[in-house]
Amino acid sequence: MIEALHPNRIGSAVRSLGRAVLFLLVALKRMRCSVFHVGETMRQVYYIGVRSLVIIMTAGFFVGLVLTLQTYDTLNRFGAGDSVSIVLSLALFKELGPVLTAILFAGRAGTSVAAEIGLMKATEQLDALDLMAIDPMERIVQPRLLAGLIAVPLLTMIFNAMALLGGVVYAVLLMGVDSNVFWGNMQNAVGLWDDFGSGVVKAAVFGLVASWMAVFYGWTCKPTGEGVALATTQTVIATAISVLLLDFVLSALML
Amino acid sequence: MQQGIIKPDMPAIRLENVRMVRSGTLVLDDFSLEIPAGKVTAVMGPSGSGKTTVLKLITGQLQPDRGRVFIGDIDICALSKPELNRVRRHVGVLLQNGALLTDMTCFDNVALPLREHTSLPESLIRKLVLLKLQAVGLRGAAEFYPAQLSGGMNRRIATARALALDPDLMLYDEPFAGLDPISLAAGARLIKQINRVVGITSLVITHDVAEVSKFADYACIMANGKLAASGLPKDLAADGNEVIHQFLEGLPDGPVPFHYPANDLTEDFLGKECSQ
Repeated sequence: MIEALHPNRIGSAVRSLGRAVLFLLVALKRMRCSVFHVGETMRQVYYIGVRSLVIIMTAGFFVGLVLTLQTYDTLNRFGAGDSVSIVLSLALFKELGPVLTAILFAGRAGTSVAAEIGLMKATEQLDALDLMAIDPMERIVQPRLLAGLIAVPLLTMIFNAMALLGGVVYAVLLMGVDSNVFWGNMQNAVGLWDDFGSGVVKAAVFGLVASWMAVFYGWTCKPTGEGVALATTQTVIATAISVLLLDFVLSALML
Repeated sequence: MQQGIIKPDMPAIRLENVRMVRSGTLVLDDFSLEIPAGKVTAVMGPSGSGKTTVLKLITGQLQPDRGRVFIGDIDICALSKPELNRVRRHVGVLLQNGALLTDMTCFDNVALPLREHTSLPESLIRKLVLLKLQAVGLRGAAEFYPAQLSGGMNRRIATARALALDPDLMLYDEPFAGLDPISLAAGARLIKQINRVVGITSLVITHDVAEVSKFADYACIMANGKLAASGLPKDLAADGNEVIHQFLEGLPDGPVPFHYPANDLTEDFLGKECSQ
């Protein structure tokens, strides 16, 4: 802990953050819209979004299951077991859905993007594009950046749907909570924009951050096996910390 | 010769008194070089002599600490990024391992510069790509991915990609490294043919002494950050320079030392006191 707070380490972290922000600004400044870019972005949404579905759906189902288990047990002690869907849905839509999806996305897709770009750097593919007068930032970075922004909100909704399914399985099928009460309570408690909408906004921000970290660490890694391995590790760590920090900031702003 | 950035009456490439320090090591020291237009020139030298640095200076990937680099009459060091990109469209580069994009087929790799820099219809792009692939003997491999082909084939596909925009200048970085004798001979013949048929200027960075005389019109030897000799490939052997002799004969020790500079051997093994 003391070592982590050493002025050199803090200075290095601030410099790294500065480089990452500059990188993002350059990528956004050179943003171009063409048929190719739309097609390539959609292809990346497929690669990093659709291929993350299995882990997102599985994790979502079990998170919903265990959250309902713990919440129902506690609420039932006060005779309020029927209200479990309120706690479950608010926790999922506002906090758990976007945060857990973004962290899972970083582990599944962020690492593969960082490794892919790192390997492209190590095998001179980025140099080759540059030498053909094709901007690698435009060609490689931008579609992946936008794909994260599009994919994570969609994955978050799927995560939430699966978690609710887990909740239904435990509360309705196993504990015998009335199905109409379960869904009715949820409908009354959840606001479309205040709760569901804020979660989607958070998911979009987290998606951008997750893909930003992945492309940044891939782009700036040393072009060696060790460098690529380090980039994937840094992607997960930086995304997890940024998402948790931003979750607090966004929650405070949206109150 | 086609009209473009290179004029027939002046050197295609000119490096003037270039000094280059990389990672604290002096790579090029007051280095000057002229590459004639319309010829195949081989730049040879032992590993670490600065050959690839010269190539990166010509492509504008590196900026010299001192001196100037010209392609035709264009000062590469004075160009902005958009201007440099305009020049790069006239320069084809074959990197050491081909550097094909691995998520695309060979066809799409060769089509990439055409799709990016021209507004040709897809039917014409298809014909042009197949022509380039035919020139390197790999039309039949158009739909393969780079991972499905050998290293030598990858380099031939990358050569077709570098030729896609009909460049004025082709730069080859170690095109023969790690190739079997058949691929090596095919590569050398291809470089010579491309130069003769298309009429472009070619610069080949290599250390393959035996092959150079088969394809190069002109050769230069670099050693210790300087130009050690230049001339016709057959004349270099007659040069009395010790560095050239060591390089052409493949002698392990000489002006280019076998051992990296180190402490005294006795001192390292037996300690300071015993060595005194």
